[in-house]
Amino acid sequence: MTGDQNVLRVRDLRVHYGTGRGDIIAVNGVSFDVRAGETLGLVGESGSGKSTTAMALLRLVSPPGRIVGGTVMLHGEDLLAADERTLRRRRWSEVSLIPQGSMNSLNPVLRVGDQIVDVIRTHEGRARGAALTERVTGLLETVGLPPRVMRLYPHELSGGMKQRACIAMAIALSPSLIIADEPTSALDVVVQRVVARTLMEVKDRLNSSMILIGHDMALQAHLVDRIAVMYAGNIVEIGPVAEIFRDPRHPYTRHLIASVPSIHRRKPIVPSELRFPDHGRGTLLSRGRQMSSRRRPVDLYEVSPGHFAARADDETWAVTEEDPTHA
Amino acid sequence: MRGLTWGYVARRLGMYVFTLWLSATIMFFIPRLSGDPVEGMVARITMQSGHVAGGEELIAAWRERFGLDDPLFVQYLTYLRNMLTFDFGYSLANFPTEVNSLIGRAVPWTLGLLTVATVLSFVLGTVIGALLAWRRTPRLLRVLMPLSLTFTAIPFYILGILLIYLFVFTLRLFPVSGGYRSGLTPDAFDPAFVNSVIQHGTLPALSIVVASMGVWALGMRGMMITVEGEDYLTLANAKGLRPGRILFQYQIRNAMLPQVTALVLGLGGLVGGTVLVEYLFGYPGTGALLYQAITNADFTLIQGIVFILILTTVTAVLIIDLVYPLLDPRITYERR
Repeated sequence: MTGDQNVLRVRDLRVHYGTGRGDIIAVNGVSFDVRAGETLGLVGESGSGKSTTAMALLRLVSPPGRIVGGTVMLHGEDLLAADERTLRRRRWSEVSLIPQGSMNSLNPVLRVGDQIVDVIRTHEGRARGAALTERVTGLLETVGLPPRVMRLYPHELSGGMKQRACIAMAIALSPSLIIADEPTSALDVVVQRVVARTLMEVKDRLNSSMILIGHDMALQAHLVDRIAVMYAGNIVEIGPVAEIFRDPRHPYTRHLIASVPSIHRRKPIVPSELRFPDHGRGTLLSRGRQMSSRRRPVDLYEVSPGHFAARADDETWAVTEEDPTHA
Repeated sequence: MRGLTWGYVARRLGMYVFTLWLSATIMFFIPRLSGDPVEGMVARITMQSGHVAGGEELIAAWRERFGLDDPLFVQYLTYLRNMLTFDFGYSLANFPTEVNSLIGRAVPWTLGLLTVATVLSFVLGTVIGALLAWRRTPRLLRVLMPLSLTFTAIPFYILGILLIYLFVFTLRLFPVSGGYRSGLTPDAFDPAFVNSVIQHGTLPALSIVVASMGVWALGMRGMMITVEGEDYLTLANAKGLRPGRILFQYQIRNAMLPQVTALVLGLGGLVGGTVLVEYLFGYPGTGALLYQAITNADFTLIQGIVFILILTTVTAVLIIDLVYPLLDPRITYERR
């Protein structure tokens, strides 16, 4: 890790999804920092709010979702308060995204090269054709793609190639932060490892920071410096990766770690016994009362320097033994 | 051309010829199922004028003249040869005028009117549909545009009657019917004639445009919303591209594809005219001609018009098939 300066400082980020009967809390006042050059893993099950958090950082939450509160400070500038023009300029040049559905993330009617040239032209102005071509070829080469890919259409690429093309696009402007939203989840295991390695290599070369979203604890253990565990819209544990694996405090973190398959012994499948807070009432807020009755963020206590966890003995986070059917 | 192979083009052309042959053949047999056209016509003339001297001789003479005494397969071969050479013979109702000259006179009117009207309503409707779905559309437009589409609910012939009442009889801005002012000789280089054509064409075109652009708009709006939910649009926003570029290169280009198919198909069917509009405005196009031909049981004329209609429709479909790989790179005709 280089230095202790924070590239990104997120405080009390809240995202709600509006429904006819009230709001669903997707992100419940999340706070975390991303340091220069580090990779932060954001893990949690589907629906835990990790992707929504990522999209909120770029203000890309689409209706019925909306960002209700919080600050996202990028190099000391609040992106959530920035005007459209500033926001548009910061996107990609400062924070780029490797999307979750990279299979469908490329525009089907534009050539791969043109989609990379797009960002260069928009953020850096007109550039000469030959220099551009050389630059795009260079980017493709960085992620292990041959130059001819430039002239191909997305449907002519394999899944792994599309993902690499997305990585090439994400590093085109040397951003200070790359958000990778489950960048390898759509790929098979072999390609996953190769793409993940490529990703970390280019990230290190640019000396960018990265937020790596995923649910595969085994993959995270290899790639990230720190881990933040999300559950039901809250970060329930955050800390250095080695520390988290050595001494997981929150029951949900333990479940995630226990779910990593082992080749040495056969493990039973352990379903999570955790129940969502509010005792099955869900996280629905009744309409008109959103502001007054929204839930407080979960309090974290410091386990060891840099390692924080939510108190699991607290009533909301109780691990219940009771039969969920009569809840 | 990208995505095309010679094998595909050859197969596609084969289908083209086959379709033409099949429809021409159907068109040959169907009238022959409905009885003898000559007898029917003489019967009608007899009904209208009370008496025709030497009816039997007339029938025999006409049967010979139109080759109806020949064996069926001879008639069929003659027919095919005639269709291939665009020789549709004489109009039964307007003897001795040739079908070709009747169609030839009507086609430019219809093509001119309908091409302008269709392209205009396509462009307007597509733009309105795109703006209806675009998040950055000004609020005023959002309110106004759906109102302009309510006309779609009115059938265009009723709209036509309304327009005639309003602009012709009340405001007296436009002439009531026809393709140009009587007394002028058709001459594309005469400003007075061109002016007159535009004046006569405005109302029919308007009724078609206003009535049909809503269909284009709704289709486009639906596609825009579909594309809005695509991952590549989210990524385009994350890339910080300018809103205009996202709208045109990412959203509209993808949403347009089905619209273009519909447009080309629509243009292919134009030659047939819109019978009701042409009839209503007394427009001298193929739609009105077809209407006359049907009321007069003018078989040769019907055959001629329908054959031209089939030809243009099939040709339009062929053109779409050959051009589509250019619009949508995912479509390719290479065998894999």
